[in-house]
Amino acid sequence: MVTLKLKTPIDEKEVRKIKVEDILYISGTAITGRDEAHIRALEFLEHGKKMPLDFKGLVLYHCGPLVKKGDGEWSVVAAGPTTSMRMESLEAQFIEKFRPSVIVGKGGMGKKTAEAAKKFGAVYCDFTGGAAVLAANAIEEVLGVEWLDLGMPEALWVLKIREFGPLVVTIDSNGNNFHDDLTREIEAKKTELLNA
Amino acid sequence: MKLDIKKIVEDTAVEVLRRASIELPPDVLEAINKAYREETSEMGKSQLKAILENIHLAKEMNRPICQDTGLMIFYVTVGNKFGNFAFIPDTLAAATLRATQDIPLRPNAVHPLTRRNPGNNAGTRVPIINYDITEGDYMDLVGLPKGAGAENMSALAMLTPSAGVEGIKKFVVDRIVSAGGMPCPPTVLGVGIGGMSDAAMKLAKKALLRPLNQRHPEKEIAQLEEELLRLVNSTGVGPMGLGGRCTALGLNIEYAFCHTAALPVGINVQCWANRRARARVHKDGSVEYM
Repeated sequence: MVTLKLKTPIDEKEVRKIKVEDILYISGTAITGRDEAHIRALEFLEHGKKMPLDFKGLVLYHCGPLVKKGDGEWSVVAAGPTTSMRMESLEAQFIEKFRPSVIVGKGGMGKKTAEAAKKFGAVYCDFTGGAAVLAANAIEEVLGVEWLDLGMPEALWVLKIREFGPLVVTIDSNGNNFHDDLTREIEAKKTELLNA
Repeated sequence: MKLDIKKIVEDTAVEVLRRASIELPPDVLEAINKAYREETSEMGKSQLKAILENIHLAKEMNRPICQDTGLMIFYVTVGNKFGNFAFIPDTLAAATLRATQDIPLRPNAVHPLTRRNPGNNAGTRVPIINYDITEGDYMDLVGLPKGAGAENMSALAMLTPSAGVEGIKKFVVDRIVSAGGMPCPPTVLGVGIGGMSDAAMKLAKKALLRPLNQRHPEKEIAQLEEELLRLVNSTGVGPMGLGGRCTALGLNIEYAFCHTAALPVGINVQCWANRRARARVHKDGSVEYM
């Protein structure tokens, strides 16, 4: 377990060095994307439409931020992570086609995502759920927004981040999934408790 | 000048939502501090530390604790001598619109099928308003903004009477284990036992309103609260599902009689940010925040 400070874009060689339980602080660019953005991105792909943004080497943040507009400029009020498992059925394809290096969310992700992370070189990190003001403090600027017609939480927000973290790596690109291992222990404990 | 009680209720509702969104109730904060002191897993402790830092920052910067500022839920208890209260639904909807603009809150309310977001947290049957009646010349107003991550883990079990208390334990523990880190543990759990399917779920959510350090007045219910909490906190799910001893900050039960052939059990899962605020509006227009 080591603490790493990284800057986007993060190339595959760098990503492959990151291990489960490492702590990351990332500077550079993060783009938010959750349920509706994943669905639309994959629709764009299916219809051969050009994406408005390039995710390659960047952070894909499972987050529906609370933003406000003052003097014509957007600013982030609160921006903690959302539950990542909702994107589980869509994420493997998203990683394959759009190649974000780091996915940040909460609660962990499943087998399909872990396989895509291994195959294409990506990691998944947990950020403390609900720590939204802490997260907002590491966001310096809103660089842009796309697909605002999906509503504030579901739009793609392009964020300039500075030492965004602490992020706990729970899926690395070597086939490790921290949540999976822990789940096995917890299931065993549950059986013991209920049969006591 | 004529007393504008409608305006007073609207202003109070906005303030209730503001308080609920920005600052946690003392019993919840106390439970998080205790969890931090007692957590032995390093990973778990780091999550509780971030939570505590976030709570302080939110208060200091006057910002909502979490970006998921929730769907707005109100519990209204009206006294028989309060006077006319037919204005309440429209007034609480107006307060929700204002709170969304002023605090600000994230617009979360969408049409369930088209997913259209009007951008103001109001729509058909939202905000959600629960009504109770009491004796007195006042109206109590509780705001409970509730996020989706935790609410999505809530569930109903229509158990058979033979499943009994063991069945309740199994249902609660199974649910919390399968929820893992998704509802932002350490959670607050509301358990509704009895009634029919709808009442069990209503009671489960209402159980979140009781302070965490206050056990149910009936001894056997209080004991079951303690036993369920002990079981949940023995699973090892831990803060944010990253492992540890604190999986839930508290567990409250509310119950109702049920049909002799049934045992409905509802569980309402709430994240660590059990945001709630309460105010009393008196008939004379004076307001107390409680």
